[in-house]
Amino acid sequence: MAAITADRADGPDALAWVAPVAILIVAFTIVPLLGSNYLIEAIMLPFLALSLAGVGLNLLTGYAGQVSLGSAAFMAVGAFAAFNFNFRIDGLPLIVSVMLAGGVAAAVGIVFGLPSLRLKGFYLAVSTLAAQFFVQWALTKFGWFSNYNPSGVIDAPALSIAGIVFEGSVGRYYFALIIVTALTFFAWRVATSQTGRNFIAVRDNETAAKFIGVPVLKTKLLAFALSSFIIGVAGVLWAFAYLRTVEPAGFNLDRSFQILFIIIIGGLATIRGAFFGAALIVVFPVVLSRIGSFLLGDMFDSGVLDMSERIVLGALIIAFLILEPDGLAALGRRLWSRIRTKVGSPSEA
Amino acid sequence: MTSLKTLLRTAAAGLVFSIAAVALPAQADEQYFPLQSYRVGPYAAGGTGFFGGFIDYMNLINTRDGGVNGVKLTWDECETQYEVERGVECYERQKSRANAAAWNPLSVGIAYAMIDRIATDKVPLITVNHGRTDSTDGRVFPYVFPLLLNPYSETSGIVNYLASKEGSLENLKGKKIVVLYHGSPYGKETIPIYELLAQKYGFTVQQIEVPHPGNEQQSQWLTIRRAKPDYVVLRGWGVMNPVALKTAQKVGFPATKIVGNVWSNSEEDVIPAGDAAIGYTAITTQASGADYPIVKEIVASIYDKGLGNLEDKKRIGSVYHNLGIVNGILNVEAIRIAQEKFGKRTLTGDEVRWGFEHLKLDEAKVAALGAKDLFHSINVSWDNHEGEGYVTFQQWDGKKWNVVSDWIAPDWKLLRPIIEKSSEAYAKEKNIKIRTSAEAENVLN
Repeated sequence: MAAITADRADGPDALAWVAPVAILIVAFTIVPLLGSNYLIEAIMLPFLALSLAGVGLNLLTGYAGQVSLGSAAFMAVGAFAAFNFNFRIDGLPLIVSVMLAGGVAAAVGIVFGLPSLRLKGFYLAVSTLAAQFFVQWALTKFGWFSNYNPSGVIDAPALSIAGIVFEGSVGRYYFALIIVTALTFFAWRVATSQTGRNFIAVRDNETAAKFIGVPVLKTKLLAFALSSFIIGVAGVLWAFAYLRTVEPAGFNLDRSFQILFIIIIGGLATIRGAFFGAALIVVFPVVLSRIGSFLLGDMFDSGVLDMSERIVLGALIIAFLILEPDGLAALGRRLWSRIRTKVGSPSEA
Repeated sequence: MTSLKTLLRTAAAGLVFSIAAVALPAQADEQYFPLQSYRVGPYAAGGTGFFGGFIDYMNLINTRDGGVNGVKLTWDECETQYEVERGVECYERQKSRANAAAWNPLSVGIAYAMIDRIATDKVPLITVNHGRTDSTDGRVFPYVFPLLLNPYSETSGIVNYLASKEGSLENLKGKKIVVLYHGSPYGKETIPIYELLAQKYGFTVQQIEVPHPGNEQQSQWLTIRRAKPDYVVLRGWGVMNPVALKTAQKVGFPATKIVGNVWSNSEEDVIPAGDAAIGYTAITTQASGADYPIVKEIVASIYDKGLGNLEDKKRIGSVYHNLGIVNGILNVEAIRIAQEKFGKRTLTGDEVRWGFEHLKLDEAKVAALGAKDLFHSINVSWDNHEGEGYVTFQQWDGKKWNVVSDWIAPDWKLLRPIIEKSSEAYAKEKNIKIRTSAEAENVLN
């Protein structure tokens, strides 16, 4: 929901800033003031964490063209690293733990990004699966990561930045929102900088990129590092702000696919696409299930209802993709530009 | 941006609509059970059986007695598919409805994610036969109840059973036990306790991991055959259980020497293994079968009137169904006990918590409830939230489970200091003040 119009800041277009700023104001004031506990706990917190993961994956897959199925593994690395930094180093501010955790995730990302120097497309996707399985196995196998908790499940610490403690659902919402806003801004800066253009050059034609002087190897590894950093921090938010427990099983392959779907549905190579996609993936099933149980709850048991919701959701996703293969972001942009015809249609970043 | 706004507006409208739907004005004298059930997904067999039994029992109380002392039981289901974040969403959704009595998610993961939340909202969280071992310590976890059996007690119960087969605990000396465990946090939870008991009683223990999901166990069973253990304890989950039994048969290890834990004890675990499961024994807190008076009554007044929750009537009296019924008994009796103190009306979550902390059903009371031999007894107190559940062992004869042991008591005295050490560490980490018995009597209404 934060900085949405990443790809529109090329010109001195004052209007382009209005929407993201307005959304930020709403997110920082109206949502916590008027939003129910349910809205914040069950919708906004997972939405923010998954959006951030989508932003991270979009840098790698959308901009740099490297398909990854290891997102959940990097989230897990981030969550467990943050827990350990926070737990084992006394007096380390939480925000430093979070950033260090992102750094650990980035390092792991670079290691699992190495095959990308030789592999492409599906082959690379399969090799990133290794990250998915290896990380989950290692976190379960070695008790040290979860401080030898008998169930391997660890608890989130109290959240604080610079001495301010973020308590209750609204507090945790602010904590997540501040981090998501900052990192989305960072991702947007990366995407619109020379680095971002290098990513796109590598994605569109690796050989050509090499000839015009883009350091392909470095660029690919940088994409893995930056993307894993952001995804790692998203993992921290998922574990600390949303669920408040960390267990390796929560970061399984399903989650990786979910994040990949978020950017495909939302729109590849856009920052706001991740937010659209996450909104659809998080909010839609909930709305559907509530409407379903309200209208038909007495007639069917919850299992039948859940199955039919999945069918509806699947059909809707297929419809979206056929009608708008570039994702919800493109759909939004078209509507927006129709309204603002005087500005003309904006170019893709 | 218009589309985003529209999207948000639609979502908001949908939310308002649906929140309004659940937040109907509370009727007088009802006690609401939010059920975070799972009827689809990989663990649907457990979910449908357990929640089926629970709902059947509540139905019986409503139709036979008009509720608990006139207070109607109500419930609704929210599908979790055993996934933690769905469980959390369900929690946030269902808690907006008034008069919640207790939560029963039947999922370790969801229970963990709820521990902080229920401590704030002050409604009990029941994790019958599973859950976090150290939540047994009610001094630190006032609202969590791992009723009947926590994982440590299960381990102790199994070792005591093996001792009874050998004649006495002394005879375990020099014996060799292999624990075949599921490669997950759940599977690993009892590793230290087996080591401790091995040391104490002088048997050797070898613990072998089966990676999730466990549909390939050739190498593990070859290792077991080489080790020639006296017993194998199967600490499995889902598909791992029938595969273990079949592979054991393939390598020639007799099923009679395999003992299953509490998540390897259902019909769904042995029927797919066919002949290989004959002679296999497993621990349980509630016997299976439909011959108990309470199960018969449920069949007569619920199923015969077409009100039963199980679709497949053959599953009536199965291990999971009976666990649901026992869970229903424990929840209902806790409310009844709390009503004796606070009045025969809708109770607050904290009053129900008090009820659970005084949930004492001796054998006579269990028999009066029509559950003689279905489960033994329970004795919950403010600081012991497990309640000294007894275990029994059932052997599979190819068609049904037959009880083959007496009711066996785990060695609670031995386990309590380990549990307290763990819970006190948790209290320290989370800055929780350790509760006293006087504070436990202090009830919010």
